[in-house]
Amino acid sequence: MAQEVRTAAQYPPERPDSGERTTARPTYLPPTDIYETPEDIVVLAEMPGVAPEDVDITLERRVLTIRGRAAERRHPGYQQIHAEYSSGDYERVFTLSEDIDRERISATHKDGVLHLILPKAESAKARKIALKAG
Amino acid sequence: MPLLGFAPYGFDPFAELRRMQSEMNRIFSGLGAAVTREFPPVNLWLGDNSVLVTAELPGVGRDDISISLLEDVLTLEGERRPRQEGEVRWHRRERSYGSFSRTIQLPFRVDPDNVQARFDNGILEIELQRPPEDRPKKIEIRAV
Repeated sequence: MAQEVRTAAQYPPERPDSGERTTARPTYLPPTDIYETPEDIVVLAEMPGVAPEDVDITLERRVLTIRGRAAERRHPGYQQIHAEYSSGDYERVFTLSEDIDRERISATHKDGVLHLILPKAESAKARKIALKAG
Repeated sequence: MPLLGFAPYGFDPFAELRRMQSEMNRIFSGLGAAVTREFPPVNLWLGDNSVLVTAELPGVGRDDISISLLEDVLTLEGERRPRQEGEVRWHRRERSYGSFSRTIQLPFRVDPDNVQARFDNGILEIELQRPPEDRPKKIEIRAV
């Protein structure tokens, strides 16, 4: 085995400042990769157990909110004897530092991972002011 | 906080106790401390004559998972491939990539010809049956 993968972290259930959630299930922070290319900001968020139709993404000004609701998985006739993970919902909020072209945002959700491409706005690129040396 | 992992093989009541203890420590310490765990995390469910293994494998393709069975030991192997291409500037990296291997000791011997595996939305479910000859037999008590 060349390299062993370990889960990045066990994220604690979120403690929201604005009161409790109505559902009694835990809410997790999905482990997320964010990288930038010259054209886009790319977000990859891990939400195992969440179906594509249960992903909810909003972008309000520069605040990006990702929510995922995992379907309740029942196993009738089975009794749990060992637990290393528990299903719950996912929620995470990021503040973006770039202006985004909202019309061209694309999102896909495959194998429990959300792949979000946020293209940088042309206006933001044009507004950059170059510093001259000296 | 103590870094207590899980027993790599199957169900161990002491491992369960340690897990509960570490869970308590985690809750009461109020820390979001990064605790490295075995990948993938696995849940085990016991039925009447079957056992169900579920594992969280987000971002791993169906073709990148290999499941093998030897007697009562189940092995999950595979690789998670990175998706980004070319030169990029990282803002944060919280997901890990590479190959993984996890061995799970099942509570009983299972029938290798009667295994069902499903994979959807990053959750793998493997249902294994106890062979008919191994099932407990009910013994009648005859009246004297």
